[in-house]
Amino acid sequence: MKLITAVVKPHRLDEIKEALQAFGVQGLTVTEASGYGRQRGHTEVYRGAEYTVDLVPKIRIEVLVEDDDAEQLIDVVVKAARTGKIGDGKVWSVPVETAVRVRTGERGPDAL
Amino acid sequence: MPPGITLAADAPQLSSANTGFMLICSALVMIMTPGLAFFYGGMVRVKSTLNMLMMSFISLGIVTILWVLYGFSLSFGESNGFIGWSKDYFGLSGIGIVQLWPGYTIPIYVFAVFQLMFAVITPALISGALADRVKFSAWALFITLWVTAVYFPVAHWVWASDGWLFKKGVIDFAGGTAVHINAGAAALGVILVIGKRVGFKKDPMRPHSLPLVMLGAGLLWFGWFGFNAGSWLGNDDGVGAVMFVNTQVATAAAMLAWLLYEKLRHGSFTTLGAASGAVAGLVAITPSGGCVSPLGAIAVGAIAGLLCAMAVGLKYRFGYDDSLDVVGVHMVGGIAGSLLVGLFATGGVQSDAKGLFYGGGLDQLGKQAIGVGAVLGYSLVVSAALAFLLDKTIGMRVPEDDEVSGIDQVEHAETAYDFSGAGGGTATRTPAPAPSEKAQNKKVDA
Repeated sequence: MKLITAVVKPHRLDEIKEALQAFGVQGLTVTEASGYGRQRGHTEVYRGAEYTVDLVPKIRIEVLVEDDDAEQLIDVVVKAARTGKIGDGKVWSVPVETAVRVRTGERGPDAL
Repeated sequence: MPPGITLAADAPQLSSANTGFMLICSALVMIMTPGLAFFYGGMVRVKSTLNMLMMSFISLGIVTILWVLYGFSLSFGESNGFIGWSKDYFGLSGIGIVQLWPGYTIPIYVFAVFQLMFAVITPALISGALADRVKFSAWALFITLWVTAVYFPVAHWVWASDGWLFKKGVIDFAGGTAVHINAGAAALGVILVIGKRVGFKKDPMRPHSLPLVMLGAGLLWFGWFGFNAGSWLGNDDGVGAVMFVNTQVATAAAMLAWLLYEKLRHGSFTTLGAASGAVAGLVAITPSGGCVSPLGAIAVGAIAGLLCAMAVGLKYRFGYDDSLDVVGVHMVGGIAGSLLVGLFATGGVQSDAKGLFYGGGLDQLGKQAIGVGAVLGYSLVVSAALAFLLDKTIGMRVPEDDEVSGIDQVEHAETAYDFSGAGGGTATRTPAPAPSEKAQNKKVDA
């Protein structure tokens, strides 16, 4: 199994969710995140005091998949997340040892 | 507040219309203090929101009681020009329920409660400069001492018919000196004693909720109609209505002026700028709205909006931490409005005193400057002394660790917002323990 993690622009969430559903993904986890890459931050002004806000809001999406689906699924996420502008984010995968469905106790790929 | 028009032979009669109007105005001024709490509360970081709200709310408690006990008597009792005292006003207990405020058509009770609301909001205004770092008990004690030693006397100087500034001919319709310069100078005095927030000029100190700031500014603007138009204590000669119009006009002009300055200087029209500009305009028209024309009110508002927008940057240059710009908005706006009386007074509304631009020469401007200087100097010195006294005895500031981790937790044992279900914890003690499920189950079993 693999864990696919995508940190992307918040407004792409719906596109990505639809693409994943179309691909057949059964479930995912979404977290609000903040961070920066090449995009860096932006400047805000309060009564003339300028603040550089480094961390920009992002969405982190996590999906568990079987090994064979991983590369294809990454492509699906990347395609749905892309706007072509700086700050589109990143997608990566890591191997996963175990997964358990809490309700039934199923283990491994059956738990996905 | 000179008396309304009355014929010498006729003593004023109680007016139901004026009495009703003034009761409503009193309620309008009351809502300004919660409005101010939100205006300030939204501007601080999330960890000190509740403390900021409470610094204003506590004034509604403390100052109300002090006002009834002795504040009204000190402010509006008989006097030598510097401080009042009338035995009948102590506890408001020797006043007949239809006894009229001398020269006016409303009961003393109505005048007393209207003025009470002014006494409540003035110390609350100071709190914005002290964000994040003052012990709540020290603040409560400071309010008590400050209204007694500063607000009650100054209100007497400015508004009582035998107050020394009033007799000099200083015009302060609704509190440019007694409320705004007074609070702004006090704020400056206190922060010079207690020092800066931890991380001032280094850490980002962004407002945590601009919608709260806008809500607060809206409530202030609304309540200010009572504050200003009500300060004529009746509507028999139209002056209160002029004040009402000028309040709206100057506030609009100041908001636009602040926004334009900001757009040109910093590149954006901000909501904080709109809210701040509106308050600056309200402050500046407070002393002056009863003696200027609507065109004059536009000038007063625009000048104040511009001056205050520039003044809020000074704290970074001079290194004093006027956290939410009480000095920059209330002191500067109050000075501007008070002095502009000397330029824009038409001589045709509340009094026949004319400003420089209406052929009155520099006479009124000089009087205004005396009022500004006297209130500013007295408030600055006495407030700094009170803060020093408290700091050396019980201590004004919370420990640095507590300030950094957030004053809400330490001083109030609460959290402003709990949006996450994971905040959790368990109830360790409740006033009335809920019947335990086990016990109920046992009963069923039995």
